[in-house]
Amino acid sequence: MSSDATTPVSLKEEQIHDAVIRLAGNSQDGIQSIGGFLARLAGRSAQDVMTYMTIPATISGGPSIFQVRMGSGEVLSSGDEADFLVAFYQHSYEEHINFLKEGGVLIYDSDEVTPDLEDRRFVYVGIPINSLTIEALGGSSREKGKNLFTLGLLARVFSLEADKLRGIIKERFGGKSEDVLRNAYVAFDAGYSYPLDNVLDRYYRFGTQDISEAEPQVTMDGNMALTMGLIAGGVRHGAGYPITPWSSIMETLRAELPQYGGLFVQAEDELAAVSMAIGFSYSGRLAVTGSSGPGISLKMEAIGWATMAEIPLIVVNVQRGGPSTGLPTNVEQSDLMQAIYGSHGDGPRVVLAAQNVEDCFYTAYEACQIARKYSVPVFILSDMSMASRIEAFYEPDLEKLMIEPVVDTEDRPSDFKPYGLDQMTRHAPPGTWIEGGVFPQVTGLEHDEAGHPSANPEMHVKMMAKRRNKVKALAESYAPSAVFGDEEGDTLIIGWGSSWGPIREAVIRERDQGRRIGHLQIRYVNPLPNDLNTIFDRYKDVLVIEMNDEGLYGYGQLAMLLRAQTCNSKIRSVTKTDGLTLRLRDVSSAIRAFEE
Amino acid sequence: MSSPVKAERGKMTKKGLAADHPTWCPGCGDFAVLAAFYKVLEKQQLDQEKIVTLAGIGCSSRFPYFVNTHGGHFIHGRALPFASGVSLASDDLHVFAFGGDGDGFSIGGNHLDHIGRKNINLTYVIMDNFVYGLTKKQTSPTSPQGFRSKTDPAGAIDRPVNPMRKLLASGATYVARTHATQIKHMMEVYERAIRHNGFSVVEVLSECPMFFRGAFDAANPRKGGAFEIIDETQHDVSNMPDAMALAEEAWPGKFGVYYQSEMPTKNELEKEMIDSAREKTGGKSDAELLSAAFKRMR
Repeated sequence: MSSDATTPVSLKEEQIHDAVIRLAGNSQDGIQSIGGFLARLAGRSAQDVMTYMTIPATISGGPSIFQVRMGSGEVLSSGDEADFLVAFYQHSYEEHINFLKEGGVLIYDSDEVTPDLEDRRFVYVGIPINSLTIEALGGSSREKGKNLFTLGLLARVFSLEADKLRGIIKERFGGKSEDVLRNAYVAFDAGYSYPLDNVLDRYYRFGTQDISEAEPQVTMDGNMALTMGLIAGGVRHGAGYPITPWSSIMETLRAELPQYGGLFVQAEDELAAVSMAIGFSYSGRLAVTGSSGPGISLKMEAIGWATMAEIPLIVVNVQRGGPSTGLPTNVEQSDLMQAIYGSHGDGPRVVLAAQNVEDCFYTAYEACQIARKYSVPVFILSDMSMASRIEAFYEPDLEKLMIEPVVDTEDRPSDFKPYGLDQMTRHAPPGTWIEGGVFPQVTGLEHDEAGHPSANPEMHVKMMAKRRNKVKALAESYAPSAVFGDEEGDTLIIGWGSSWGPIREAVIRERDQGRRIGHLQIRYVNPLPNDLNTIFDRYKDVLVIEMNDEGLYGYGQLAMLLRAQTCNSKIRSVTKTDGLTLRLRDVSSAIRAFEE
Repeated sequence: MSSPVKAERGKMTKKGLAADHPTWCPGCGDFAVLAAFYKVLEKQQLDQEKIVTLAGIGCSSRFPYFVNTHGGHFIHGRALPFASGVSLASDDLHVFAFGGDGDGFSIGGNHLDHIGRKNINLTYVIMDNFVYGLTKKQTSPTSPQGFRSKTDPAGAIDRPVNPMRKLLASGATYVARTHATQIKHMMEVYERAIRHNGFSVVEVLSECPMFFRGAFDAANPRKGGAFEIIDETQHDVSNMPDAMALAEEAWPGKFGVYYQSEMPTKNELEKEMIDSAREKTGGKSDAELLSAAFKRMR
């Protein structure tokens, strides 16, 4: 705690393990930046943090929330209910008060909000945030200062390190004019020095662990982590087209790649984007393209070509709600089948599903390695909730991981064949001399070992097997699937993608209550691991929980695949399509429903 | 399938450039386009391994199989963005894209406008036959009104694309037109296209003897037509309104270079950006750069 925090003696201190704070206002109030400051502070204080935000689909304005969950232990989800609700407007109060848990604290702007004080479930803390900010800053700059006033207030309520927060504010505003930074400090200090004992009988403090020695963590959202993973994995080229929620990946790559000697092109459409990326990859530079569902649909023909021509390629799909334009700013996991089977014909390729923000980095990194090794397109599935939420994690060991790509244009021998049947496909990028002077072709037509078109029935059978077997070989190389919790028991919960955190936390709670439950999050969704059925055998029930529709046959997309793979009748499917991040109670109620 | 004569390093010959025997129909104009391409390459003596021939889908898009260079046969309409990726990836390649009127003006029409305005350094040859040949006689975007095809048995009713107008409007920095029966002229416009720094496009009228026989006789002196070449002492190739005026001339119009200008290529502009970004890093390794990016997020 910082030296200048002079907490009045009349307030009691309450130790808390973690807190879910929901800030509700309008999108122009800067509540995202309060959340961002808190998340960064938590990362620097060796606390764990997870955030959740909604952005309206409109360009500017409209109700918006930012939820931050901070804690002294591992934070696995952004929380089902809030311990604290900060409401800036009447509509924020009305819309979110039922999200506040019983006994929770409502902090509201008493200039704007008239709460129902008769409702005895909550603690009411009314503070005239608007007028106090105006008073502190003078003039009418309240829209800008309100968020920093609130940040100061929260710093006092949670005994946060005010000096560190001032430092973070300086990093954010220091590049602007001195007035901006000074006003930010003034607003922050006004909130921080608000006499809390008028309205609260206690303040809060996180955990008791000694954090002085801990290494600072990094805080970022999933799209940023994924982008960093691509760079670490050696991607230096790519092309894309803007679409929510993929765009921030291409924006970062466009800005960052030149310093690594690479470039990212904003293409005229999705078809051009994937085609350019394939052009880069064919030239020996592993490239990325990406989009969200609708754009991925447009890319499919070319992805099929890359599968046929055996060109390594990274395809990122930051999923959103479908079908069609669907719910562009909501969460769904309904593009699994698209990733595996989209495009015509039988074209086996690889699909990986990232599980949390940190895993976005490692999944992207691994995707690059797989694409290169197996000369195949690799999908990375992320989703809206991971794309935009902030988590803290430790910096990867880049000295060890970093791949600096090399383009191999060394001469190839005269027997060089890109598609040799008894070898992994290895292309010679343009610019490579072939001894004997016969140059290779890459093609989407069925071809012989040299790449020349061949409709020979035997060759087609062999080439189909070649493309299939290399993907099967990848599955052989997986480490054994790791189950969390009970290694055998009543229920195994299966999930994929961003549901990792809520499922894990729910499983911990249910086990604390004596249930025998295991959790397995499947990261390699195509090809699936080969050891799943032997794991399923150790449980009475296997519940597959996913955020997509039950479909025509009563099974979500992964559940259907697992049934097809294992023919195991224990597999049951739990699906949801409300467009919201998976909650703990979704998991718990599923477990209980199947117990009966 | 491959030609018995292989390429020799540093010595380009027509025989060393020949690969699979073309699968085109006898009498197809594309044979002449291929022959002229071999001759131009032989004359220019480029490094053979640095040549890349790429195409989409269509009869003419089979082209890369018939040239012994690095080659790619991509999907319908996307030869240009594919070729753009290859061109932007490396600065020492000679990148060629080939295709027909369906590939270039119909299914892939949007790409012309953007590769054009980006001025990506590559050469695009459109073998225009005014008909869909591979799928056996449907109306193409350049089929004239009244043309009877399987999709327009009573005669085409839609107005055709004016290829020169479209290519000029795309922003391409070299736009030329030639005729597959005029080998010498074809070679001249190809050579200039190859030497041009930027996006160069050549439309070559290349007859389909199966489905649109005689389509280009009006510009073929051996069939009683007139092959009228642009007089560059009278036509300023850097003047866009003059080029547009040529594009509006009545059929069969004129042949030669309609437009050419020097503008920075995307290849150069991106390279400048990379060079200046690299300079600012002060020679840091990739790992150091990424680690610094992580530290900014503490």
